[in-house]
Amino acid sequence: MMEAPRALRVLLGLMLIGLLLFPLVGERFYIQYATKIMIMAIFAMSLDLLVGYTGLVSLGHALFYGVAGYALAMAGGDAAPSLWWSLPVAMLVSALVALVVGALVLRTSGIYFIMVTLAFAQMMYFFVRDSEYFGGSDGIYLNSKPSMSIFGWAPLDLGNQLHRYYLTLALAVATYLLLRAVLRSAFGRVLIGIRDNEPRMRSLGFPTFRYKLACFVLAGALAGLAGYLTAVQDGIMNPEQLGWHRSGEALVMVILGGMGTLAGPALGAGALMLLELQFSIWTKYWQLLLGGFIIAVVLFLPGGLGSIFGRRRGGGAGHG
Amino acid sequence: MAEAALRTEALSRSFGGLAAVSGVSLECRSGSVHAVIGPNGAGKTTLINMLSGDLAPSAGRIELFGEDVTGLPPERVSQRGVGRSYQKTNIFLGFSAFENCRLAAQSRLPSSMRLFRRAERYHEVNAAAARALAAAGLGDRGDMRAAALSHGEQRQLEIAMTLATAPRVLLLDEPLAGMGAEESARMVALIRALKERHAVLLVEHDMDAVFAVADVLTVMVNGTVLASGRPAEIRANEDVRAAYLGED
Amino acid sequence: MDFPTFLIQLLNGVQYGLLLFLIASGLTLIFGIMGVINLAHGSFYMVGAYLAFSLTELIGNFWLALPAGIALAVLLGIALEWLLIRHLYRRDHLYQVLLTYGLILVFEELRSILFGDDVHGIAVPALLNFSIPLTDTLSYPVYRLAMSGVCLLLAAGMYWLIARTRLGMTIRAGAVNREMVQALGINVGLLYRLVFALGVALAAFAGMLAAPVASVYPGMGNQVLIISFVVIVIGGIGSVKGALVAALLIGLADVFGQVVFPQIAGMTVYLVMAAVLLWRPRGLFGSA
Repeated sequence: MMEAPRALRVLLGLMLIGLLLFPLVGERFYIQYATKIMIMAIFAMSLDLLVGYTGLVSLGHALFYGVAGYALAMAGGDAAPSLWWSLPVAMLVSALVALVVGALVLRTSGIYFIMVTLAFAQMMYFFVRDSEYFGGSDGIYLNSKPSMSIFGWAPLDLGNQLHRYYLTLALAVATYLLLRAVLRSAFGRVLIGIRDNEPRMRSLGFPTFRYKLACFVLAGALAGLAGYLTAVQDGIMNPEQLGWHRSGEALVMVILGGMGTLAGPALGAGALMLLELQFSIWTKYWQLLLGGFIIAVVLFLPGGLGSIFGRRRGGGAGHG
Repeated sequence: MAEAALRTEALSRSFGGLAAVSGVSLECRSGSVHAVIGPNGAGKTTLINMLSGDLAPSAGRIELFGEDVTGLPPERVSQRGVGRSYQKTNIFLGFSAFENCRLAAQSRLPSSMRLFRRAERYHEVNAAAARALAAAGLGDRGDMRAAALSHGEQRQLEIAMTLATAPRVLLLDEPLAGMGAEESARMVALIRALKERHAVLLVEHDMDAVFAVADVLTVMVNGTVLASGRPAEIRANEDVRAAYLGED
Repeated sequence: MDFPTFLIQLLNGVQYGLLLFLIASGLTLIFGIMGVINLAHGSFYMVGAYLAFSLTELIGNFWLALPAGIALAVLLGIALEWLLIRHLYRRDHLYQVLLTYGLILVFEELRSILFGDDVHGIAVPALLNFSIPLTDTLSYPVYRLAMSGVCLLLAAGMYWLIARTRLGMTIRAGAVNREMVQALGINVGLLYRLVFALGVALAAFAGMLAAPVASVYPGMGNQVLIISFVVIVIGGIGSVKGALVAALLIGLADVFGQVVFPQIAGMTVYLVMAAVLLWRPRGLFGSA
């Protein structure tokens, strides 16, 4: 019921194979870009959990993404922090921020929620940008990549682009599988019920606030994973990573791919980033093309690219 | 005699200056149907919304098996054993009929914060859902998408979902709304069957149905109780005939 | 803080608040009446500022540029509503967010193409380019006082329009029940077009008014947009009265915050919002 249509999943499977083999033939720039795409896929899937499955349209999701990246950047001094502890800690930081922000923000709904999530993300953006402690508007450089060594043996060297690529791929797949399992669970069903008809869920006895908050925290933690990987990949964190353009972009990816399908947003991330690349090759004013494209998608293809493959799943509800 | 399952005391609700409900006191006992009737705008929906927790009372008291539940939010009221069905069908159209009931039954798990076991694997929940569907007469329609059900079947599903939460008190808001003769007869039979093990508060316009199942009738007009008593008494009551039953 | 400084900050805060009110009132009207969340509203503010800049250069006179700019803004609003916005009325908020986000990108890039990325300034019009003394040592620019005055006039005008005219009554009725208003034979499509154009004009006018004191630069719309959102959330969506109260509150909080708590200056506004949300999730004057 909440599975993407079969054709979409087949496509995803083929892409996985393609991604596994790609570095053998791809140029360095494209391997780098593909790594960034996979990171954004994680980010987009985490947002789909909120938007597509729980009905919470957040315009501030980049907050949790940026916070984790900054956590890593701040933790790294000259010595490379170990991934084995810095990654969980970064995700935990994101989760905690999501808990605090969520407790406030989930008291609102609908349009208030959209505006308030945006406002909180911007608050953090200004805080980080205006304080020297966080490197100001230039951001912070990571002097070295996190090490993955345990007792002297390192499975991967994150200074190597190829290793970063495969680590990101593994984590992207893991995120997908994790979210798929969660969405099939009792918890996942509650989220979908909340999306379709929250008042009915309450009258059936579900304390919906708790579930929304838990979902918010989980989505925040996964956004943090994407943010951490960005810091690793780019070697720099700047305030734009918290900004609303990042949040807005993620939302576009979710819609473009087809929200509420999990696989869709992952593909939407790829589609959007490849489009941006192409647009920027065509013109320096690529945002004009991007803006026009987004408008066209909303007007003509609201189900996202996935809808080309047929209906994603039964949606809608009877509202009282 | 057993205590009242549901009791209200001088229950009132105002919106701005307008008193939608004022001073309503009634009792509903297990094993009986208490029907609330009255013209449109009498405050029946506001009353039921207060009882289910969807609306907070401005004044008065609601008791469930002797415990004060006034002003509790809908999820808490539901967990205390109250099930409510809606006048405008309020089901999950995108899910199958069975899934609608399964989700409703899932609400009785101590917690749904279970992230890893597949939802279908909770056998007790599935069983409760199947029982509720059967009780509402939809036993063979479980796999159909709710949106594909007929109107009458959707009203039945509405009741089934409520039953799946294993309530002790049922608040039925115009269950016969929009139903034809045959479907109505089925619904009346269902309500009669349900009253054996529940306390039922029924808001309805269909007078034939009301007189067929009700043990107690309360007539509301303009937010207050005009008369309350056994069906025969109410039928004979002059004020009620003038205000509501009209000439028939 | 001594009294003259306090007075200046107070006047600045009120002026900023009133300007915010102009912008936020358009936003809240558009949402309250048409149910559309418009992220591009900040872009209209920017459009106003750039219009003021280019028209003043073209015509040579700020006072003539103003009505010309307003007229152009109204036309822009009508065109946008007809082309794009009217497809959003029945849609989920998510799609409204996305489409208007796309609009922001388009506006930003058009601005870049037409005007480049430099910061521009407009001279304060000669007529008002003086200050009145407040104390022996401090004086206050008359132009800023004039700005506040104009905003107050507009606020009064809006109150009169919404509360006292048939058009206002129609607007309020349309906000509550679109179908009913349609059934009464009123052309809802035209009504919405007018309301949207009004919203655009208000934001653009605010941009034009502010240009001489705030300078004209890329990205100026974004910051204003988010603050407007904060104003509306605090004031209650759909409430013009709420927008006024909240705008003044935010204007004063921001100005005094910068003076009293410079370390967290940018955050004051959001902290106020968080506090209001904790107390009243629907805003001060929001309806359920």
